[in-house]
Amino acid sequence: MAVPSYAGPLERAWYYGFRAICVLIFIFLITPILVIVPLSFNVEPYFSFTEGMLTLDPDAYSLKWYQDFFTSDRWQESIKNSVIVAFFSTILSTGLGTVAALGLSRSELPYKGIIMGLLISPMIVPLIIAAAGMFFFYSALGISNSYLGLILAHTALGTPFVVITVTATLSNFDTTLIKAGASLGATPTYTFFKVTMPLIMTGVISGALFALMTSFDEVVVAIFIAGVEQRTMPMQMWAGIREQISPTILAVATLLVAMSIIMLTTVEILRRRSDKIRGIS
Amino acid sequence: MKKTLKLSTALVLGSVVAATAVQAADSITVVSWGGAYTASQRGAYSDPFTAETGITILDSDQAGNGLAGLRAQSEAGNVTWDVLDILEGDSMLACDEGLAVELDYNKDLNAAPDGTSPLDDFIPGSLNGCFVPTIVYSTVIAYNQTAFAGDKPSTIADVFDLKKYPGKRALEKKPDANLEWALIADGVPVGEVYNVLDTPEGVDRAFAKLDTIKDQVVWWEAGSQAVQLLADGEVSIASGYNGRIFDAQVNEKQPFTIIWDGQVFELDGYVIPKGAPNMKAAMDYLRYATDTQRNADQAKYISYGPARSSAAPLVSTHITTGIDMGPHMPTHPDNFKTPVKKDPGFWADNKDDLSERFNAWLAQ
Amino acid sequence: MAITVDSTGDLSPEEQKRLKGDLSRSLRQKKIRAILLVAPLVAFILVTFIFPIGNMLVRSVDNPQVHTYMPNVTEALKSWDGQELPDETIYAALAKDLIEGRKAKTIGKAATRLNYEKSGMRSLITGTARKHKKIVAPYKESLIGIKKKWGDIDTWKIIKKTGSPVTGSFFINAFDMVESPDGEISFAPEKQQIYLKLFWRTVWMSLLITFMTVLLGYPVSFLLASLPMKTANILMILVLLPFWTSLLVRTSSWIALLQTEGILNDLLVWLGVISNEARVQMIYNAIGTVVAMTHILLPFMILPLYSVMKTVPPSYVRAARSLGATNWTAFWRVYVPQTVPGVSAGAILVFILSIGYYITPALVGGESGRFIGNMIAYHMQKSLNWGLAAALGVMLLVMVLAIFALYSRVVGDNKVKLG
Repeated sequence: MAVPSYAGPLERAWYYGFRAICVLIFIFLITPILVIVPLSFNVEPYFSFTEGMLTLDPDAYSLKWYQDFFTSDRWQESIKNSVIVAFFSTILSTGLGTVAALGLSRSELPYKGIIMGLLISPMIVPLIIAAAGMFFFYSALGISNSYLGLILAHTALGTPFVVITVTATLSNFDTTLIKAGASLGATPTYTFFKVTMPLIMTGVISGALFALMTSFDEVVVAIFIAGVEQRTMPMQMWAGIREQISPTILAVATLLVAMSIIMLTTVEILRRRSDKIRGIS
Repeated sequence: MKKTLKLSTALVLGSVVAATAVQAADSITVVSWGGAYTASQRGAYSDPFTAETGITILDSDQAGNGLAGLRAQSEAGNVTWDVLDILEGDSMLACDEGLAVELDYNKDLNAAPDGTSPLDDFIPGSLNGCFVPTIVYSTVIAYNQTAFAGDKPSTIADVFDLKKYPGKRALEKKPDANLEWALIADGVPVGEVYNVLDTPEGVDRAFAKLDTIKDQVVWWEAGSQAVQLLADGEVSIASGYNGRIFDAQVNEKQPFTIIWDGQVFELDGYVIPKGAPNMKAAMDYLRYATDTQRNADQAKYISYGPARSSAAPLVSTHITTGIDMGPHMPTHPDNFKTPVKKDPGFWADNKDDLSERFNAWLAQ
Repeated sequence: MAITVDSTGDLSPEEQKRLKGDLSRSLRQKKIRAILLVAPLVAFILVTFIFPIGNMLVRSVDNPQVHTYMPNVTEALKSWDGQELPDETIYAALAKDLIEGRKAKTIGKAATRLNYEKSGMRSLITGTARKHKKIVAPYKESLIGIKKKWGDIDTWKIIKKTGSPVTGSFFINAFDMVESPDGEISFAPEKQQIYLKLFWRTVWMSLLITFMTVLLGYPVSFLLASLPMKTANILMILVLLPFWTSLLVRTSSWIALLQTEGILNDLLVWLGVISNEARVQMIYNAIGTVVAMTHILLPFMILPLYSVMKTVPPSYVRAARSLGATNWTAFWRVYVPQTVPGVSAGAILVFILSIGYYITPALVGGESGRFIGNMIAYHMQKSLNWGLAAALGVMLLVMVLAIFALYSRVVGDNKVKLG
């Protein structure tokens, strides 16, 4: 979309004006993510750049908020809890979601619309409503204030992502491959592991990453149903931001941004790989 | 594959559950308010208790939603808290609703060192059946000295005087204390506040007074927020819990001054939830944390008045700075000239209505 | 599902029948297999998600406290016509409930419930129960002697009304209305209305946020769709990175950016746009909520919009140009209509997500930037009026589901895409 050489001055102005607007929007998108990184190294407990930081004075920077984070029992405990909960809920939601997606992609399944609506409802229903419902029901079952309750809740919230990504991969899936496998004498199980699995794997993994991220970032339901022993990292951040927002929060935020970069890269690599397999690009 | 998946998840989840169950046996969950306050309880009660008994204390900061949690847990028959730090007013509701253990005070608590029974030693009338008060705390007004060059505010009426004392105010986002102050600033004598507030005209009058400063108010919800706003210079005057403000004055050297005029004081203390999972350890903790020495020890960390009269003479100096704690206590004669005792009965009856009115007023 | 098999002369009727049977059997098997695959997750979602929500929503009409914990008086009041003060038997039933309820420590629960209907009921009930020793026959006289309000007919009307096991009073409350003891429903005084106002604010702020995401998302998607794949993929990172970053991280960085002592204000002061004393309040109000949520939800607009724009053939616009349309006409009359599906999909998605928000408004919204979700949380955790929280939840849920139904109409369930 370069400016054609015959373009008039007005068109030229419009072209550059449009680009400038887009640059501003990109700045709006990315600044909040990037700005916290240098601030998390601020030696002062402020949320703004000090003179020393702007002149790149090394004394204006410090790792003390990271030290604070890595030596605080509460933060360490909360990371541990987040990892436990995210790990199990990701496994559960990936398993359940993938199997369900296999069923959903079969044309023989009746009431497909209703089932799909039901399965993605955790994505649609406002979290505060889900949290309130779980608060009562999980208490009644005796699994509130327990890892089990939190894992089940996060599993429910994570499954829609797995269902959607795996169903999407399966919709591009060439079913004749399974028939080919069968006609060559392979058992259904063998075909599944040797043919289906590798082809839908990219969808499964990106779904799993979505589920992982959902659990790792979820705070509303956690506030309502987790007890003190299950305090997760987002809960700790929520309490921190509400009470007194210290730069330690920014240090945590920076680490989380690094994590999301890793996740994003993985998903992108997978997407390209799957596009290649399907011969799209 | 489905089968193995299910089996393995069952195993894994089972082990997680088992792990938490084992953990619970040698620890109790104490729910309190967080921040400097939980730190003071940790220093005065919890750490020595753990050292003595080997029972570890899990601090939870959910006391702000204490009654909600208690109701939900009791309704579900699944109580997970062992000890709950609660305000006197809420403790009455908890007791009336059968959510808290009824105590036999002379048996469940330690007598004073001179043998005075608990019923005679605690603040008169505060032992309401389930509740054991530990402290007297006050909601007060404080200002940042740097915000006022000349004349400094000194009364509740000054808080509402935007002309003489300009700047933003930070107030707690609930009707309690704010309505009382509005009436006092409007000329109602301290002793008459609840009589006036009990009439529809009185409520209108209080809200009308609050209207005069509404657009200059930042509303806070957590105790440490008030201090933060004052320290950051976002506001020049803030309401806050006197202990938190003291903590900022002493530990963070903040230039804050407390206006003791019209301090709204109330009691805070413990209840044991009915059905607490570690009942015995919880009762041991209650006995330990509320005895005279421990009650006095807490005042080394934070400026809240001890609820036992036998503890008052034992109040000494601040643990790190060594300053005399007496003058910082809300109950010190110099500070206790025009106090408002928050009326738990009034608030138990009117909280629902006034909160709704307050929220509607905020949303306007 | 009907199966038709073309009959050919080669098969006998029996064979035809057998074949038909075989086919439908194998079809049924396939159907069962498909159902079995979906079943575990359906069951899981029903138990861990749908059922808890349904159970909570029932609370919006459920009203067990008074008729469970004051059973005798509830029963006795059934025959009371509400014309004048009840007779001695009803007072006796009340006395029995108060004394038994005090012993069982359950009377406080009924008192809490009644206090929602009228302030002061709590102390009337618990205060009388505490003086249980003074409650003696004749009960009418004795109870009125303890608390004068027992001689007020409205007190009895409220108990009778609240004694029914199902109630509409939480919904009445949620619609900013009040019910008199005689059952007349009217709007609450203007000064006390809050929920409809908050719903309305939630809706219009969500619309504003949706509009902002269209405004900012459209040019960016347009640019991405028109750039070569390689460049577009690189720029896409700028959209996807926020999308993958924790909500709390983004919210806290907006606090750092917008607060009065924050970066943006510092920048404005440094540039001399504003003086140090006149720093702008951009957070803890509606501006904070709109800015932060626009940022958080923008990727949800760009992604569907981009995928639709990619499918618009550039030849149409070129054709329009060559037929003499101006740039603007070609764009507005030819290009834009083809992107409408993307805009509407993105807009509905953003709007649905937005009206249910709780975290961001709670952290950066102050008073003027609060949503209805914050009120639900308030009634869940602070005021403990769970019935009202449930009623507000029902209203919010109905709204979201209605919009989602619209969404599925527009986009179709299967086309929900991520990343």
